[in-house]
Amino acid sequence: MIEHDVVVIGGGPAGLAAAVAARQAGAEDVCIIERDKRLGGILQQCIHNGFGLHIFEEELTGPEYAQRFIDMARQWGVHSMLDTMVLDITPDRMITVVNNRDGLQTIKAGAVVLAMGCRERSRGALNIPGTRPAGIFTAGTAQRFVNMEGFMPGNQIVVLGSGDIGLIMARRLTLEGADVKMVCEIMPYSSGLKRNIVQCLDDFGIPLRMNHTVTEIHGKERIEGVIIAAVDQNRKPIAGSEEYVPCDTLLLSVGLIPENELSRSAGIQLNPITGGPVVDESMQTSIPGIFACGNVVHVNDLVDNVSTESAIAGKAAAMYDLGMFDESKAGIKVKAGPGVRYIVPNAINLTRVDDAVTLYFRVDNVYEGAVLRVSTDKSILFNIKKKIMVPGEMQHIKLKKSFLGKQGDISDIVVEVAGEAN
Amino acid sequence: MTTRNITCILCPQGCNLEVTVDGDSVIQVKGNACGKGKSYGAEECLDPRRVVTSSVKVIGGEYPLVSVKTAAPVPKAAIWDCIRAINAASVNAPVSIGQVIIENVAGTGIDVIATRNVAKSDDIVKEKICI
Ligand SMILES: Cc1cc2nc3c(=O)[nH]c(=O)nc-3n(C[C@H](O)[C@H](O)[C@H](O)COP(=O)(O)OP(=O)(O)OC[C@H]3O[C@@H](n4cnc5c(N)ncnc54)[C@H](O)[C@@H]3O)c2cc1C
Ligand code: SF4
Repeated sequence: MIEHDVVVIGGGPAGLAAAVAARQAGAEDVCIIERDKRLGGILQQCIHNGFGLHIFEEELTGPEYAQRFIDMARQWGVHSMLDTMVLDITPDRMITVVNNRDGLQTIKAGAVVLAMGCRERSRGALNIPGTRPAGIFTAGTAQRFVNMEGFMPGNQIVVLGSGDIGLIMARRLTLEGADVKMVCEIMPYSSGLKRNIVQCLDDFGIPLRMNHTVTEIHGKERIEGVIIAAVDQNRKPIAGSEEYVPCDTLLLSVGLIPENELSRSAGIQLNPITGGPVVDESMQTSIPGIFACGNVVHVNDLVDNVSTESAIAGKAAAMYDLGMFDESKAGIKVKAGPGVRYIVPNAINLTRVDDAVTLYFRVDNVYEGAVLRVSTDKSILFNIKKKIMVPGEMQHIKLKKSFLGKQGDISDIVVEVAGEAN
Repeated sequence: MTTRNITCILCPQGCNLEVTVDGDSVIQVKGNACGKGKSYGAEECLDPRRVVTSSVKVIGGEYPLVSVKTAAPVPKAAIWDCIRAINAASVNAPVSIGQVIIENVAGTGIDVIATRNVAKSDDIVKEKICI
């Protein structure tokens, strides 16, 4: 049987950062297992720029950002098994993998880091009535076609959902000669960055129809058009507002879901809101010695945050393998209060924190001029006034270990929005 | 004197800026909730620029395409000329990250460079341990 000190599942930015950090923390034999033929994960197909402003202080494209970490992994002597799919993990860290060179194999790991990323919601998860012709793609699939394989999904395009991938693809397909008719967004606000709305839609005169959705798909073999309609406050289509839009392609950009089949079969506790594992300050899951980071935990909008969070997981995994991980319980629960949809991590063990712990969370609505309140079961710690918070932008708060240490014997930390939704 | 309405992209607030321009100078910026919006509005009206990213055909590579970008932002008005030049280009494998693919694209004085490595197709050995 093969054995490794630390096994990282998934070779995207999360897995790469975790593997490098594990080596830096002293684990000798660190191996990434990746089902693709190359490392880099989803970043390989994100050829636009805007990555790395926080970590490298320059604007890189996705592949460039990934390459920086691939180079680091090589310098640190991280091993990798490519073209290899992980099929199963057990709570005692036996990993079953398959590839076409060795067939089925079992690997024993001193510690495991889950970094499988996320996948896109597809039409099945959406229930649009009508026929099921060809020409319906998720935005990410279209991104892979156009940017890596070199063919166009279609010529006349409607995009449903104004998430960043949908916006980026509206521009990309326009530059490749397609006629992007519109982007429909069912909510009154876009989950995409302002920068992407301006530079991907406004720059090319592509309309963004807020409070609109696709209610019907037309076409037999290939999609021929869609019916779009305005929606009311309850997101129900308004009768009489329907409009027929001819198109040969519908792109879905309606959200991402963490990829957690493996976590589930290992019996790892998942958070029903994020769909990802419940983790503590060291990114340890409910099973000791199994850590998780990146989009498999919660969907990130900035890859820089993924790298930072993953380094914590990698370091902790190395410590666990070396027998230097303090295995006492994480006694402080971290909770999402009113206005906060979810928060990561879910628990803190202060003795394992070096200097500070960062809480990442998303609000559940658009809030202007609201106050973020951080409190414990004993007292209010502080309030932060926020000019604006939107669900599409992840918030974070850094709590110093020395500051938390002074709060006495606390059992809960709650983050909430004190103030009105817009 | 002309007035243009643009959206500030520097934070999620997305202030609607009203920028008044006279020839080469900005007379005033209105609607910005903070100082950053003022300089953004001025720059976006006088000399708007964008980094163009796309991909170029690769001959004999492990992938049919290599991703590319303009090494610096090009004037917005030159985007389509850049795209036409990029679509017309091709490159032989292997390609390495940072390699110049098109010099001085569309007369902008800016190069188009590769943003990833692409190996030759016959160099890919089906090896398990790769790095
Ligand atoms: C289509 C798409 C486009 C995106 N565009 C952007 C963008 O423009 N900007 C941005 O900041 N963020 C973008 N994101 C978010 C982006 O995914 C994250 O910023 C970042 O890539 C997350 O890194 P990760 O390592 O967690 O996941 P990933 O990059 O998804 O990496 C996960 C890796 O795990 C591998 N894997 C999964 N399961 C297994 C298994 N069972 N066995 C072996 N290997 C496995 C996958 O092949 C993959 O390589 C996008 C996400 C998607 C899905
Ligand atoms: S002007 Fe200031 S507050 Fe308004 S969008 Fe720009 S950066 Fe944000």
